[in-house]
Amino acid sequence: MNVEAAPSPAGLRARNRTRPVPGREVASAAALRGSAGIATFLALWQLGVVLHLPLLAKIPTPADVAAAWLSLLRDPRYYLDWLVSFRRVFGGFVIAQALGIPLGLLMGWKAAFRSLTFPVFEVLRPIPPLAWVPLSILFWPTPESSITFVIFLGAFFTVLINTLAGVRAIDERYVRAAISLGATPAIVFRRIILPGALPSIFTGMAVGMGITWSVLVAAEIIAGRSGLGYLTWEAYVAGSFPTIVVGMISIGLAGYLSSALVRIVAARAMPWSKRF
Amino acid sequence: MAVALKPDRVAQRAGAISLRAVRKVYDPGRLDVVAVDGWTLDVASGEFLAVVGPSGCGKTTLLNGIAGFDPITGGEILLDGETIASPGGSARPSADRVVVFQNGALFPWKTVVENVAYGPIVQRRLSRPLALDEARSLLQRVGLGEVADAYPSRLSSGVQRRVEMVRALINDPKVLLLDEPFRALDAIAKSVMHEELLKLYDATKKTIFFITHDLDEAILLADRVVVSTTRPARVKHILAIDLPRPRSYRMMASAAFLDLKRSVADAVHEEAEKAFRRGERELA
Repeated sequence: MNVEAAPSPAGLRARNRTRPVPGREVASAAALRGSAGIATFLALWQLGVVLHLPLLAKIPTPADVAAAWLSLLRDPRYYLDWLVSFRRVFGGFVIAQALGIPLGLLMGWKAAFRSLTFPVFEVLRPIPPLAWVPLSILFWPTPESSITFVIFLGAFFTVLINTLAGVRAIDERYVRAAISLGATPAIVFRRIILPGALPSIFTGMAVGMGITWSVLVAAEIIAGRSGLGYLTWEAYVAGSFPTIVVGMISIGLAGYLSSALVRIVAARAMPWSKRF
Repeated sequence: MAVALKPDRVAQRAGAISLRAVRKVYDPGRLDVVAVDGWTLDVASGEFLAVVGPSGCGKTTLLNGIAGFDPITGGEILLDGETIASPGGSARPSADRVVVFQNGALFPWKTVVENVAYGPIVQRRLSRPLALDEARSLLQRVGLGEVADAYPSRLSSGVQRRVEMVRALINDPKVLLLDEPFRALDAIAKSVMHEELLKLYDATKKTIFFITHDLDEAILLADRVVVSTTRPARVKHILAIDLPRPRSYRMMASAAFLDLKRSVADAVHEEAEKAFRRGERELA
């Protein structure tokens, strides 16, 4: 790194160092506005319930929800529900990536493999993951494995299709440039196809992560004995309305955290990209 | 291996291209679109040859044939007496004739120095650390040391194209194939890039096969300008450019330059008009 001795690159780095500051200001202004938005939402909600606006009469107030949440926070089962739901989501999600990404890459790279497999996936893909629930309960030995399987399906097709599209969208110029510089097909696959498809793969992961949470809740209601979705359903059965809302908000938070995780991994894996 | 920019290495002259009745037909037997028709031409070792023709005339097809991206359907292409393309023969790109593309093809996921080191690494000519060192010092020598660790998306198109030429030259290729490399640049950046390329050419004396639709650019840069007909591409006219080297943008206002331009302007214009008319018909 003999560049560091030269004066002008040091100047360049200094400029880089000062650059994030205005960005951070923008970010904190956005955070401020975001908090104001949430506060306004809560105020309108409280007001709507207190004023007995139509349809809102049976809804618990934010204050009731907060009280129910506080009491749940003292209950170890609540944390277990979080843990169980996260384990199910990430189990299904990771298996979906492990199978979907290589399959998508192969389908994008080899036309013969694509024409062999694409029709099968295109027929299976429109089937909603929840339509698989009855069959998977019959098929899998435990409820746990059937829930993981349904979650897996929710993420699998999304990442597969996005990976495939990502490979096919790679500009032929990059492939030609690499070959022209002496790259073998194996190197082209590893150094051009894989990084070239990454932005699309992560888009698939972000969308897939969203799908897994909506699938999880339904699967837990149908086949689960624990988890955040089950918590919400159990509260409904028990007639504990504030707890229903706590369950819903917990699911929202969990989904948000999972998506944030995908975004962080994406930013780490693709320092060149500004899309995430 | 700090070779690419040292003139002494040029002593062993190489990089003579021979085109022998080169022909390329797309979709033979059905649509039969003739893109390139009967190119016979010798490009001497170390010569700067420019091909001028209207957009879509088939000149890029010819370049792809030399590069080995597309097989040709007739004739033969030789590099230093060895056949590198013929009908039926397998077209094989090779790092001895590197292409710089019209819209640039730096890998966006690699930094500048990683892009430049790419060739030596994938050819297993140098280990990764050595290749990166070599790339960095080469970038510094051409005044691009500052941007070595930047990603290409942070750079202007002009700087991107300069980096791309360094990425080609680090492989010490016999031939540089330039496919309208300055097309996307504005007039000012283009003029700076001409000076850059002229300097690089004077320093390395690589054989350059340069494609453009800009007659001024061709005359300023090249030793010979080939005017191509519009599709199918045929050799319409060959003009020797006797402007002295080193050249500079100032020559574009000289009487000698204008005389040269006048002598082929009609030929170029005629083909441009033909291409334009046909474009209109195709749209109608």
